[in-house]
Amino acid sequence: MHKLLLIIKREYLAKVRNKSFIIMTFLSPLLMVGMVLLIAYLVSLNESETRVITILNESQFFENDFKSTKGVSYLNFKNISLSAAKDSTASLGYYGLLYIPKEKSLKTVSKASYFYSKDGPNAEVIGTLEKAFQEKLLQEKLIDLGVSEQQFSEIGSRFEMHTESFSGEQNLKGITMIKAFIGGAFGYLIMMFIIIYGGFVMRSVIEEKTSRIIEVIISSVKPFQLMLGKILGTSLAGITQFAIWIVSASLLLLVVFLVFDVNVGMDYVDANMETMKNVSPLPASEEMIQLYITELLKINWGTLICFFIVYFMLGYLIYSSIYAAIGAAVDNETDTQQFILPIIMPLMLAIYVGFFSVFDNPHGPIAVGFSLFPLTSPIVMLMRLPSGIGEGGVPLWQVITSIVLLIVTFIGIVRLAAKIYRVGILMYGKKPSYKELYKWLKY
Amino acid sequence: MSTILVAKEVTKQFGEHTALNNVSLEIPKNSIYGLLGPNGAGKTTLIRIINQITYPDKGAIFFEGEPLQPHHIAKIGYLPEERGLYKGMKVGEQCLYLAQLKGLSKTDAKQRLKYWFDKLDIGDWWNRKVQELSKGMAQKIQFIVTVLHQPKLLIFDEPFSGFDPINANIIKEEILLLKEEGASIIFSTHRMESVEELCEHIALIHKSEKILDGKLSDIKKSFKKNIFEMTLGTDNADFVNQELQAKFQILSSSYCTIEKELNFTILLPQNDSGEFFTYIASKARINRFVEQIPTVSDIFIQTIENKNNNA
Repeated sequence: MHKLLLIIKREYLAKVRNKSFIIMTFLSPLLMVGMVLLIAYLVSLNESETRVITILNESQFFENDFKSTKGVSYLNFKNISLSAAKDSTASLGYYGLLYIPKEKSLKTVSKASYFYSKDGPNAEVIGTLEKAFQEKLLQEKLIDLGVSEQQFSEIGSRFEMHTESFSGEQNLKGITMIKAFIGGAFGYLIMMFIIIYGGFVMRSVIEEKTSRIIEVIISSVKPFQLMLGKILGTSLAGITQFAIWIVSASLLLLVVFLVFDVNVGMDYVDANMETMKNVSPLPASEEMIQLYITELLKINWGTLICFFIVYFMLGYLIYSSIYAAIGAAVDNETDTQQFILPIIMPLMLAIYVGFFSVFDNPHGPIAVGFSLFPLTSPIVMLMRLPSGIGEGGVPLWQVITSIVLLIVTFIGIVRLAAKIYRVGILMYGKKPSYKELYKWLKY
Repeated sequence: MSTILVAKEVTKQFGEHTALNNVSLEIPKNSIYGLLGPNGAGKTTLIRIINQITYPDKGAIFFEGEPLQPHHIAKIGYLPEERGLYKGMKVGEQCLYLAQLKGLSKTDAKQRLKYWFDKLDIGDWWNRKVQELSKGMAQKIQFIVTVLHQPKLLIFDEPFSGFDPINANIIKEEILLLKEEGASIIFSTHRMESVEELCEHIALIHKSEKILDGKLSDIKKSFKKNIFEMTLGTDNADFVNQELQAKFQILSSSYCTIEKELNFTILLPQNDSGEFFTYIASKARINRFVEQIPTVSDIFIQTIENKNNNA
């Protein structure tokens, strides 16, 4: 036990004192915040751009149907030829010209209208124009059928389905998706952690082999102790780094928001709320958002975080012991490729299955299968768990089965990895095949 | 003779390959024991078994009479042939770490390290990183780490590789000193001249089997063939030579005209040199008379050749 602590301490310090580790620890939050700022800046650039569209209307229709909005404003030409209108639109640097010719009926006018622009027009702009035409045509048709203009403006009512669970609780649309997304974030965190710090474990094993210190150490401690110490020491260093990242990045973001007054997110929410208010005759959207928030608060965060820790620990230990075994089997990092792929595969599978299947149907057969399979369960189960355990959520037996399977696999894999590790660390000079690894298990 | 370590019928297999086949050894206390053998014979496997890095399939190892157990690690010091240090770590810190892994307390380790660093005159290396050291310097550190916890049994695998002659000599003196102080030493090497100088006992391992072991002086005795080298001062060399050739088994002879000396090697019958001496004393003056004693290298090669011929 004392020796294990010594090894953990050494591995931790060796990692934490490493120059590139220190640089990455403090540079990454800056990069992250820089990226957020850049995106915010680009979005605001896009938003502040106003496109000016000129209209040459020779018909008797479309008097006031094009109303300027935040992104598009209109300018009317009167009594000039089409070619003159094109020329002046181009020379003034405006976005494009809408030409509405003189024809007998609205239908023929619509058919003969054109939009001219410098290059392929933006889909949103075209959409706005098309919508104006469609509405005009619809209105005319309905007026023909005897619907008054007053009546027409009352038609556009919207409808939304109310949903409720059997037990009478109000269900919120999309809440399962939001919950899966929260779980997905946890799962993604686990995957990133495994890939980054599993790689660290592997490199540190290879370093011990290439520096030939391994036999000196192994004559004082058991290989298993050394492997475990390495994995734990490295993961502590990883947790330190992650913690620094999260704390410093959120502090930096806070500072940036306060100083630069960047409130992109808020703008976005405000805008959305406004549109929701405008279009929806349903209960006021603020109330709706409140409902979502209470629903999210209802997630048992304590349990979720406990399970996150359990799945994180087991998942990380399984994968990093495989990484350690690979490091022991090879002589240098370039030889690791053929062994790394089979490790990354289940992780990727878990993430993709999660995003494509669990989001849609968190308790369907695919989601259940992958949340029981030990190599994917840490990620997939976490995506399912925010919907709770028991009724309406993940059945208790599935949670227990997946953890039991994970523990059994953990013991099995760590033992196999330790065997490969024990033999591998003392083998120099050749790149082993899978067949040889299998033989080592029997030494 | 009391023993520090006994190996009883140790067998170890790696898949199809047998690395050690029924090897038994007795390593006496307070002596230097040479473990010899060609590359791939199984020496390193045996040493690793003694260090509990791997375990025998059959047979057992006894340390001071007890079956080998994990706690014995603290009583063994091992300098492997493939040795190294953490490159990015400072020398002092690294020595402390390795010493603590052997079970020393931090304060003890510091004290003893100071003693050894002063002794080998490397006190100012404490805060340097290993990657700044030369290979020989790193070897000195490794030697210190091996002996620091004052183990009863020391195992050196090719200890002199990487040392210049001066430093090799310093290390050799230190090894002898450790023996004086009561340590038992297993010494594995290809360099026969150092075996000749240091070892009191040897064992020869070839193709996974022990083919020879015992006290070096006894082994040498048993390998003697009663061949002698002789130099005679005589004016009448041709005649003496002819008579000798007729009466005894002369293996080779040459005559040096300037010195008027006859050199020859002779195989004398066992327990019967009297006749020869009475004869030769009457014929010439004996300038030199030496028995040909086989070197370890000769024994090594001869034993292995015999083994190969018999197989």
